Amino acid sequence: MSKRQILGALTILFVLGLVFGLAQLFAEAYLTRVLITIAIYAILSVSLSVSNGFTGVFSIGHVAFMALGAYTAGILTLPLQVKATTMQDLPRFLGTIQIGFLPATLAAGLVPAIVALLVGAAILRLSGHYIAVATLGLLVITSEVLQNAEALTRGARTFTGVLPLTNLGWVFFWAVITLYVAWRLKRSHFGRQMLASRDDLAAAQAQGINILRTRLLAFVVSAFFTGVAGSLYAHFVLAFSSRTFYLPITFEVISMLVVGGMGSVSGAFLGAVALGSLKEVMRLLEPGFAIGPIHVPPVYGLAQIVIATLFILVMIFRPKGVLGDREIDPLFWMRWLKRQDDGARLKSQM
Amino acid sequence: MSSLETLLQQLFNALTIGSLYAEAAIGLAMIFSILNMVNFAHGDILMLGVYSIVFGVASGLPFWGAAILGVVFAALAGVLMERVAYRPLRGAPDVALLLTSFAVTVLVENGIIMFVSPNPQPFPVPAMLNKYVSIGNLRLPAIDIGVIASTFVLLAVFTLLVKRTRIGIAMRASSSDSVGAHLCGIDINRVVVFAFALGSAMAGFAGIGWAGRLGIVEPFMGLEPVLKGFVACIFGGFGSLPGAVLGAYMLGGMEVMFTAFLPTEYALYRNAYIFVVLILVLLLRPSGLLGTTAKEKL
Amino acid sequence: MLSIDNLQVYYGSVHALKGVALKVNEGELITVIGSNGAGKSTLLRTISGLLRPRSGTIAYQGRIINSLKPHEIVKAGISHCPEGRHLFAPLTVIENLMMGAFQRRRGEEYDRDLRWVFELFPVLKERQVQPAGTLSGGEQQMLAIGRALMAVPKLLLLDEPSLGLAPMLVSRIFEVLIELRRTGTTILLVEQNARMALRIADRGYVLETGQMVLQGSGKDLGSNPAVVKAYLGGEASCRV
Repeated sequence: MSKRQILGALTILFVLGLVFGLAQLFAEAYLTRVLITIAIYAILSVSLSVSNGFTGVFSIGHVAFMALGAYTAGILTLPLQVKATTMQDLPRFLGTIQIGFLPATLAAGLVPAIVALLVGAAILRLSGHYIAVATLGLLVITSEVLQNAEALTRGARTFTGVLPLTNLGWVFFWAVITLYVAWRLKRSHFGRQMLASRDDLAAAQAQGINILRTRLLAFVVSAFFTGVAGSLYAHFVLAFSSRTFYLPITFEVISMLVVGGMGSVSGAFLGAVALGSLKEVMRLLEPGFAIGPIHVPPVYGLAQIVIATLFILVMIFRPKGVLGDREIDPLFWMRWLKRQDDGARLKSQM
Repeated sequence: MSSLETLLQQLFNALTIGSLYAEAAIGLAMIFSILNMVNFAHGDILMLGVYSIVFGVASGLPFWGAAILGVVFAALAGVLMERVAYRPLRGAPDVALLLTSFAVTVLVENGIIMFVSPNPQPFPVPAMLNKYVSIGNLRLPAIDIGVIASTFVLLAVFTLLVKRTRIGIAMRASSSDSVGAHLCGIDINRVVVFAFALGSAMAGFAGIGWAGRLGIVEPFMGLEPVLKGFVACIFGGFGSLPGAVLGAYMLGGMEVMFTAFLPTEYALYRNAYIFVVLILVLLLRPSGLLGTTAKEKL
Repeated sequence: MLSIDNLQVYYGSVHALKGVALKVNEGELITVIGSNGAGKSTLLRTISGLLRPRSGTIAYQGRIINSLKPHEIVKAGISHCPEGRHLFAPLTVIENLMMGAFQRRRGEEYDRDLRWVFELFPVLKERQVQPAGTLSGGEQQMLAIGRALMAVPKLLLLDEPSLGLAPMLVSRIFEVLIELRRTGTTILLVEQNARMALRIADRGYVLETGQMVLQGSGKDLGSNPAVVKAYLGGEASCRV
């Protein structure tokens, strides 16, 4: 990496570290929860940008991987006493082990990655919206299988008793890793191939790029991190069912990607931050509020409506998202400083 | 019941379910054939039509009057949707339209939750449909008979419209070659509006059958029709209207078969099997049974 | 009737037409010749409204039509038979022709126009109910021209009607064009087959990489040595 890139990466780490540090020191429980939620969304959004934004493949059913990750990690970390009482039908192997958060989360990434490899090999040859429909089908199938595999998942009932292992530290850790992997992937040889295959399929093929392999790599990597996010989510909300990972959350994550910039890692990240915060603000406003004499009545579902409207507006006026394919330059502060410097020098010369 | 009678009963079920899916699928197929977009909000158009029937009846209209209102309202909703959300995106990549239609569903569904109620409401099924007709040892719900009969009538009318009227032919022309259509002086915007109006009206009509059999209406009821309609279109081949109908009956048949002839633990996963079949179809025969689109595979 | 001035047309960032000017008077048969990629098709597509020029004017019967939509331009009386034909393959021959007459109301006129097209191209009458996609190349070209004629245009734009056709069919088509001119249709013909085009044209233009480089009467251009060398010399060596 060039010196510039290292400096840029350090800047980002510094900013994130600052946020993390401040949060650890000063944030009370509610703000911490909001930050964790936003960070999980950021991981989801950035991993979605790898599969969708870079390759132009639209995986609408991606949340299936989140579900798989959540259940995998949840089952693996569940305390033995809980397993004995609420999940007696677990296969013996799973019923008698309990592993730590890190290995469970890794497993939570691996299981979806394997599924992604198998399914992707089949469907990623297809074009545009056929892939979209097929992945939607995957979501439906996953949801239904999870709902019916009572022994493993408690079926339609809520999966509870999950240990509250997610904290700000873990979330930031995984967020940084996801960002790094996505960023490196984009800048790599593979990344260029992905973007090429997205922008002009025929030309990319003519250049000898193996489209299937490119898409598959993006898909699998993306599934891994989505699964990781699932594990983090599971150990945060502590109770979920297969219906938790369905269309509403799918829409939210896609919106973050679309608004922030489909081909941009920083766009996906910022989209998650922006929409995640917006969502929290909306949630506070939902029960109704007062601006001076005007009393606004409760508007449940306000968050969804605002996000959906924003989505449509972005689609119409800025279809590639706010950032498009560009990344924000973490060193923009340096350029600002340099300009001040130049300005000072010019003045002194006059 | 003898096994023949069981078979007939299941065949009847398959026809009913297939008819419901066909009504849902054909509107989707029409819009796809012209605009190359999958309107995910198609199910919500159905839902809106159904809700307006509930309102109509609650305001004192007789059921059939309210039903006509529902169909008209659905058509209007579809046209409005096209004008506001899809026309500005004309020419955008297909996936953009699909995603936007997704956003539209969120808006519409939350709108209903906000302005009406998040809870299911009863659907006022007219008394004459609320009974059973006995033929020999078979007990056939009157409403199912209604669904099958009306679907056939509807398909006949629809085929006539599309094959014989000027605007129907213009629609087929536009979906076959839009440049050629432009040069013939066809105003594509008008054709699109027609397709949306007709397709949405059909969704509204389909709603009567769907809601009638469920007995209730709720904000998310549009999801199943649109998903099943999707699958039907893919089986039959996206872009082909008769294909969508054929695919719908195939789908209905498969579902009924899985439910009736598999032991319960396996039958639970029937939607999963169907999507597996879907993926197989996408791989092996992407243009479906009767489809027209050429390049779907790399 | 048609007057084009300083037309600038871009395909994305490619400057396809650079300040093209041309005039077509009523009743004339004008041809535009030039090699592949010169911009001839682009010119026609801009006139018929499929493309929008960045600047310049296209005036038709005194009215500026730059910003009109294609169907409005058809309504004004201009019909374009495009390169690649753009027929409606799954529709029958007669349905294709019906679509050509979309802007005109059904009735006596329509039946009379249909009969006229069938007289010009009898094979179309034979194959009335066949899907357009099942016709041979020559028959498809005739259908494309017939469809354009069903709009009974005042100005007919033709893009390389002879492309890929057997010589006998090519002669037939050019006969039809002469007949059309006789009955009062104004024709703007874009052709690669410069020899035949210049022979029947009143006036011609030569388009080269987006610019008009020559113009004159059909006869003058046909005997212009530069034209002969560039567009007709090659023809001679291909002649069987």
